[in-house]
Amino acid sequence: MSKFQFPESIASRPVYGTLEPRPGKAHLMIADAEGAEAILELASQDAALMAKTHIIYIPKGTDFSEKLRALKPAQFYEGPSYDASVQRIQKVLGDAHMGLQVYLAGTEGLMGQAMNEAVSAGIPASAIQTEHRGSVARRMQCVHCKGITEDVVTDPFVCSHCGLNLFVRDHYSRRLAAFQGVCIDAEDPGNVPEPVELYK
Amino acid sequence: MTIQFNNETFRDDYSFRNSDWAIKRFPFPFHEDSYMYSVNMEQHRGGPEGSVYEKRFDVDEHYLSEMQDRAIVLAEDPLRCQSLPHMTLAGWDTLELIMVSKSEDYPELFELHRDGNRWRWVNKPMKIDHTFTFLDETTLPCGPLEYITRQTQGDFAVLDQRDEMLWMDAGMVTTQADWSLDFDIGMNFFEWHAPVPLAHEMGIFKRALKFLLNVQQGAPARRLNWTMTVNPLLDTSPENYHKWGIQKTTLTPENIGAKQHLRVELQTFFRLPRSNALLFPIRCYLIAFQDIVTVPKWGRRLHRVVRDLPEELATYKGFIANRPVMLDYLSQYDDGLPTSPGVWPDLETEPPLAK
Ligand code: HEM
Repeated sequence: MSKFQFPESIASRPVYGTLEPRPGKAHLMIADAEGAEAILELASQDAALMAKTHIIYIPKGTDFSEKLRALKPAQFYEGPSYDASVQRIQKVLGDAHMGLQVYLAGTEGLMGQAMNEAVSAGIPASAIQTEHRGSVARRMQCVHCKGITEDVVTDPFVCSHCGLNLFVRDHYSRRLAAFQGVCIDAEDPGNVPEPVELYK
Repeated sequence: MTIQFNNETFRDDYSFRNSDWAIKRFPFPFHEDSYMYSVNMEQHRGGPEGSVYEKRFDVDEHYLSEMQDRAIVLAEDPLRCQSLPHMTLAGWDTLELIMVSKSEDYPELFELHRDGNRWRWVNKPMKIDHTFTFLDETTLPCGPLEYITRQTQGDFAVLDQRDEMLWMDAGMVTTQADWSLDFDIGMNFFEWHAPVPLAHEMGIFKRALKFLLNVQQGAPARRLNWTMTVNPLLDTSPENYHKWGIQKTTLTPENIGAKQHLRVELQTFFRLPRSNALLFPIRCYLIAFQDIVTVPKWGRRLHRVVRDLPEELATYKGFIANRPVMLDYLSQYDDGLPTSPGVWPDLETEPPLAK
């Protein structure tokens, strides 16, 4: 089972829920990897939903695509990465009519970024649902060089841009859809603890 | 009095110094011998003559050097000044508030001549004499918030108020106690305070927010916050922490009096008239331990506060590792005598050190 209960956390961190079918003329579902499972469950609760649904899915090496296709959504798009899909997401959100329901499922990085797109397209927060599934990886911004490192699963980790050893600070920016990475050995250069898996 | 502006640095050779005048008027933050977070807010309606509370925006001997330091930081990292698109009007409000206050409070240093929207601003210390059109951005060299805060000591957060909440939607932040505007911009009051220990559980932020939402135009408020900084470094930013963090490890019993600084923020809150935003200036004052202990009451008290501060706070403020060496130094200035209530130095009435 890929649902993970995040530990009690700080006020800046979003809280994720469980997707449920909502009435609406149109539905947009954006998911990555195991986020597909949340969509499959949603579909099993409301058989009529898929005929009005556009799914944008990024498999990230998983094999849920065929199962999603088999739901016969009105539109289905599989993208190789979030970055490659983002313009499409913007277009769909920009073209949306009042009453669109948005469902986001999968990793925090995907949900946070897609949430920003939806909000800046004017979709009311009350019409956006989220459900975390799959990897507990975090999307991290290096506070020093500002580069984003995707899918961080250990603490500490190495910034993929400037190469500093960063620890995962439990502080989240919705605007950046990222947690904050801060140099771990600033006060004792070279003393970098062994990386441990997040939440272990 | 006329202010003699120092020519000093807050980096590299750290030539920053406080004169006797600056030491006596230092905003010592402890009104008793212990410290814990509280909703420590009061009206900002002046204060004793010569104190840092007297004027709306205090100008002191460090003015010109602080503005030079800000210019250096901004040249290296323009993201220290940001304003979300809907905050431009609040930027003009800020410019107006500061120009009006400074020209009224320091007429010998600043002048504002207004003819409709045609404004002439004279900043004598910085040798600026500039005529521009109020509310017309094309007549300023940069946005209004950046323009005026390049000429005003202290950091500035500008908070948009909507849905019974404050949102950090603009700011100028180059003298911060280790937080990032670039990371925090767009957050709400509870989100940007998320890393602070204990205070959420104590209900402090709920009560503080309620107070702030009700701050009225013409009735500003203020509070103090404090931390510790090794060397008089204004830019203790997370952005540059990988460069300055190492300085925290350079304290020795011999150099601590000169190197270790108490860092106090005079935080004020002003309601802005057109935008209804809240302006939050955060003015940083630094003082070396060796200067604090010249005031016997402050020396006694600082020792007790640092000694008894809860571990969570000393950790969050970043001096847990240096606390033992601080206490070794400060204990020399604590003879165990009682201290008078309140923050003032009370030099005439408090006994000299009996040690
Ligand atoms: C609306 C204006 C305010 C802004 C923009 C602001 C901003 C901040 C920021 C950015 C931090 C650092 C958090 C971090 O670690 O990343 C902080 C810390 C803190 N703030 Fe505020 N704050 C405001 C008002 C207040 C008020 C009214 C209180 C009243 C109690 C307060 C209490 C605190 C406390 C206790 C800390 C921890 C400071 C320490 O231990 O050194 N803040 N604030």
